[in-house]
Amino acid sequence: MKILVPVKRVVDYNVRIQVKSDNSGVNLDGVKMSVNPFDEIAVEEALRIKERGEAEEVIAVTIGDSAAQEQLRTVLAMGCDRAILVEAPSDLEPLAVAKTLKALVEKEDAQLVIAGKQAIDDDSGQVAQMLAALLSCAQATFASKIELAGDSAKVTREVDAGLETIEVDLPAVVSADLRLNEPRYVKLPDIMKAKRKPIDTLSLAELGVDGTNQLTVSNWSAPSAREPGIKVEDVAGLVGKLKEKGLL
Amino acid sequence: MTEERDVMEYDVVIVGAGPAGLATAIKLKQLSPDTSVCVLEKASMVGAHSVAGAAIEPGPLDELFPDWRDNPPPVCVDVSKDEFFFMTAKRSIKFPLNPPQMNNHGNYIVSLGAMCAWLGEKAEALEVEIYPGFAAVEALFDDQGAVMGVRVGDMGIDKDGKQKSGYTPGIDIHAKLTILSEGCRGSLSKQLIKHFELDSACDPQTYGIGFKELWQLPQGRVTPGLVQHMFGWPLDNMTYGGASVYHLDNDRVSIVFVVGLDYQDPNLMPFECFQQFKHHPMFEGFFEGGEIVSAGARAINEGGFQSMPKLEMPGAIMVGDAAGMLNMPKLKGIHTAMNSGILAATHYAENKSGEGYHQAFLASSTAKELHAVRNVRPGFRHGMLMGLINAGFETVTGGRTPWTLANHADHSELQKLASYVPPNREYVERTLAPRDRLASQYLAATEHDEDQPVHLKVADTTICSTQCLEEYNNPCTRFCPVGVYEMVEDEEQGGLRLQINASNCVHCKTCDIKDPYQIITWVPPEGGSGPNYQNL
Ligand SMILES: Cc1cc2nc3c(=O)[nH]c(=O)nc-3n(C[C@H](O)[C@H](O)[C@H](O)COP(=O)(O)OP(=O)(O)OC[C@H]3O[C@@H](n4cnc5c(N)ncnc54)[C@H](O)[C@@H]3O)c2cc1C
Ligand code: SF4
Repeated sequence: MKILVPVKRVVDYNVRIQVKSDNSGVNLDGVKMSVNPFDEIAVEEALRIKERGEAEEVIAVTIGDSAAQEQLRTVLAMGCDRAILVEAPSDLEPLAVAKTLKALVEKEDAQLVIAGKQAIDDDSGQVAQMLAALLSCAQATFASKIELAGDSAKVTREVDAGLETIEVDLPAVVSADLRLNEPRYVKLPDIMKAKRKPIDTLSLAELGVDGTNQLTVSNWSAPSAREPGIKVEDVAGLVGKLKEKGLL
Repeated sequence: MTEERDVMEYDVVIVGAGPAGLATAIKLKQLSPDTSVCVLEKASMVGAHSVAGAAIEPGPLDELFPDWRDNPPPVCVDVSKDEFFFMTAKRSIKFPLNPPQMNNHGNYIVSLGAMCAWLGEKAEALEVEIYPGFAAVEALFDDQGAVMGVRVGDMGIDKDGKQKSGYTPGIDIHAKLTILSEGCRGSLSKQLIKHFELDSACDPQTYGIGFKELWQLPQGRVTPGLVQHMFGWPLDNMTYGGASVYHLDNDRVSIVFVVGLDYQDPNLMPFECFQQFKHHPMFEGFFEGGEIVSAGARAINEGGFQSMPKLEMPGAIMVGDAAGMLNMPKLKGIHTAMNSGILAATHYAENKSGEGYHQAFLASSTAKELHAVRNVRPGFRHGMLMGLINAGFETVTGGRTPWTLANHADHSELQKLASYVPPNREYVERTLAPRDRLASQYLAATEHDEDQPVHLKVADTTICSTQCLEEYNNPCTRFCPVGVYEMVEDEEQGGLRLQINASNCVHCKTCDIKDPYQIITWVPPEGGSGPNYQNL
């Protein structure tokens, strides 16, 4: 069985995002970029499944500009067998991403796709669901546990009320939630070996996908700054302030 | 407990991907492409721990890449003009003539972080193997006691020192030559200087703490290429230091402030000096409405020639600020760091060993440059005025004076509360960002897994709540640029106890230097931890 894991190059979660002064986007100049943390969890899960002997190959794919090869090298160093870069604008919309992945799933004949539940840059959280719909296959989102058994998978999902366990037939698309696992540390010798692993490059056209965006972003703005708090002397002061603000 | 560690073998292992380490690696590969070279860098990416102004002298870049100007580093502006000011609390007095060291004609303003990332790519194109996110934590010795490589830090140890589920032991890297390019107050360099007594014949090293903020300003305020140097207020006569303002393109400006760590006032807070400086009337309306892109702090070496340790030891050598090669009157250490790296690479290519490197360095133009200015910085020991007169004299004589002024260890210069009479600092009420050290730390995008051993080792914390509190009022709570050290109420024993907020640390090394009892030791935390500076 082959597992396909899509990974996205995103601004690192420690970075303080700054909107460009002309509101045309986010400032990426000199900013640290990383593998989307949920995708790293997805990769880790795929590797664990392979290490248990339940899969033969883990293929990582990223859709974006050539700089994203850096993230592919990272997941290759974690242990993915090979990687594919589909060259596309880095702001490709979720539907086009899902269509691209569909083409790849079919090309590679992958039985399982494990994706991150969302990318931390645009927070769309749509790709896994769209991909399952396009493939007409089962989906199990927000997974915190995955157990494979022959042609099906038992997936524990994080839902508002607690945990829900469902069983899906393969092929399936699973999206990874935070508690699914803790990704491994990359070892230095593996980084070196990863430099020699193959990265295939494909274009959207080769996969028959139209990458034209359907939405136009009109404006970017930073959340408005929080006003500084005030200190009150005592309870009476607090009550007074709350009344003043009409909160009591 | 011994455990199996993976071992990797190289001809040369370089610790630290700053300008010194990268210039060494590049030159090595240019001279002898078959040499296998590995570079370790504790930052999560090359350049993410770099802080500098930076106005650079292009000499070493010209030597490495004669046509580098066709593809310059991402931030690179020709210096068009220098200005030099003396500041009082209310006024700024412009000097009609610039001191020659401050003349930047032909130099460039860059971001050191961006330049290191750019150099890193060039090194990788020459097949240098660079590993960001991996810190060297200790030296490895062979049977004869020579350095035979370094050990990379373990990953996945919890705060009590126990192995977590993903525990991954660091590997050992063996090399014919280990090159230390850790920059100012390198942790491994410090160990090895002590181990091999490399500083037995030199003066103590002295340091400064340098702050930097990169600002994005409203249109039309900056003059690209202008470099302004200031000294005086808010520092008092006995505190060495000053500021530099570098005007970049695209409405960006870098502002740098350095405070000599030989300051005497136990209650001085260098961070506050920096923030005060931005409120000088000279900058009225300059920063308002702007935004800080990134902020950081890093110690710099000020000791110069007479504080340089021996550069070689069996199996290893030091280049750049690991050995303190900064030219303080110029506030420039990038070209000297790179030049020393180029020299080290040339020496290795010819001799296949580090032996004789110290002598080769002493004969180099970099050593001559540092020798000529050696008396300028120590001349400020008796105050700003004396310092300036001495600096003028040393400059006119080109450093040919027959004497060498001595340097003194910074931690011993701090005066006790009981005897120190603070000057009137004429501080003003601040309005500009960042409000405090935490707000500034946020702009460093620092990352440390909280569940790891504290990497600031304090040998004896009882001193903190007794002797230090009494004698110096815990200066660590003030000299740390991001407030890592706090004295908090001790609920069990009563009184105060030291709390270390290690995950805020930006790796500046000031605490390791200035703590008056020399009980703080900075060790590398898990690889990839620390600040993620953006274009500093
Ligand atoms: C505020 C400020 C302003 C400055 N302005 C200027 C200027 O305008 N012009 C100029 O020429 N110079 C300037 N300098 C000085 C200049 O930054 C230094 O002289 C120069 O960076 C020294 O280069 P280096 O390679 O020796 O060390 P560094 O640049 O400090 O590089 C050392 C590298 O090693 C890494 N490292 C350290 N220890 C380890 C370890 N154990 N394992 C793995 N990696 C490690 C560090 O993360 C770092 O990346 C300034 C410095 C400061 C602080
Ligand atoms: S703890 Fe020490 S090294 Fe870290 S930021 Fe503070 S002074 Fe600098």
